[in-house]
Amino acid sequence: MNPLRAIGRPALRVTRGIGAVTLFAVRGLAGLRPFPWWAILAQLLQIGWLSLPVVGLTALFTGAALALQIHSGGERFQASDVVPAIVAIGMVRELGPVLGGLMVAARVASSIAAEIGTMRVTEQIDALVTLSTDPIRWLVTPRLWAAVLSLPVLVAVGDVIGIMGGWLIGTTSLGFNSVTYIANSWAYLEGWDVMSGLIKGAVFGLIVALSGCWCGMRSGRGAAGVGRATTSAVVAAAVGILAANFALTGLFFR
Amino acid sequence: MIEVRGLRKAFGQARVLDGVDLRVGQGESLCVIGQSGTGKSVLLKCILGLIQPDEGVILSQGQPLEPYRFMRRFGMLFQGAALFDSLSVWQNVAFRLRQRMSDRAARAIALEKLARVGLDRNVADLMPAELSGGMAKRVGLARAIADDPAVIFFDEPTTGLDPIRARAIDGLIRGIVTETGATAVTITHDMASVRAIGDRVALLQGGRIVHDGPVASMDQAPALAHFLA
Repeated sequence: MNPLRAIGRPALRVTRGIGAVTLFAVRGLAGLRPFPWWAILAQLLQIGWLSLPVVGLTALFTGAALALQIHSGGERFQASDVVPAIVAIGMVRELGPVLGGLMVAARVASSIAAEIGTMRVTEQIDALVTLSTDPIRWLVTPRLWAAVLSLPVLVAVGDVIGIMGGWLIGTTSLGFNSVTYIANSWAYLEGWDVMSGLIKGAVFGLIVALSGCWCGMRSGRGAAGVGRATTSAVVAAAVGILAANFALTGLFFR
Repeated sequence: MIEVRGLRKAFGQARVLDGVDLRVGQGESLCVIGQSGTGKSVLLKCILGLIQPDEGVILSQGQPLEPYRFMRRFGMLFQGAALFDSLSVWQNVAFRLRQRMSDRAARAIALEKLARVGLDRNVADLMPAELSGGMAKRVGLARAIADDPAVIFFDEPTTGLDPIRARAIDGLIRGIVTETGATAVTITHDMASVRAIGDRVALLQGGRIVHDGPVASMDQAPALAHFLA
């Protein structure tokens, strides 16, 4: 077999795939006329509000564990005082957005892919077209915008809860004074630390909803097809979040 | 009214439609029959713009069909009814109406259409998951006729129903098509449905229409002998 062909065929397939996903995302984000208020509000509830418990709990335990790890590691070179600052910076820059994004990916990307995939296999999406309704505008636009808008808020809430998790362990187990802990958390935190995490949150929201919608829309036939679409959506969202996090961290902090 | 010329569609190596020519006149009821896997549903989806054909032209009143633009004049009953799970029965029926009128007005029309297909107003607020197969088909039919379409498409309208319910659906379709004067295209493999619904019957075989004639004389058509046996 011609080696150029062996390389070229998959390369063309990947390029075509990236182009198709990009066009799908642009069509999804652009479908705001007329503005789908109610659909976006309903999705904000599904994607944002109902993800709050899982994101909050994840942040609480992560902040607490981070405080314990930094205290234990810092003791080796007499730097255990840096616990509040490192917990705060670690949460808002990395752990809040990434873990929040991954938890939402597990909960939301799967649910979107399963819902849209089921609609695909039961011909409900074809029915939308026959009822003069663009499925992208009806199904994809509200989910994309709701995820882009709600993830930064979830990240902000997760940041606060994560820092409070560190504070709880710091003051109850590690011997920190409560007022000093909070003062040190704020003292080393810069506005850009918080803002970069919120921007990451918005990008991760887009990745989560886009993965769910794309895989759902391309779901195969039957229950097995929907199952595969759901798995693909979660895997694509998780890998996408980790890759985007690396790229954005390089862009923001190098 | 609807004209198909030289329609071709292949999926990979499998050529499903291989030059289909078909014409349905104003107010006529055409039934397309054929064995499973001969591409009847693909033909219907090509006409509706749900599948892009490889070659061929589809015209409605002499104009090329474009998805969305012409859909407002079409109604469609899907094989599995394809009701939207997240909407109640009346919201399904009034889906298109709600885009251009108040909910109160749309609900009133939905209730009228539900009554037309033999469902009372108690059904209106149920969710699709609470309906039996026959009821879901009737709701799908009410949705198809909600906006008084000029052309109605039926994809296997009696599949999955017992013979009594199937004949009831046939009767409803015939009645609605006669009352409204709508053009109807029905995909089916149920010859009892063809007799009940159709004015004309076309046989799709090997990707082409191999027989096209009146239902009244179909018993004499050699091409249909296999289906009538």
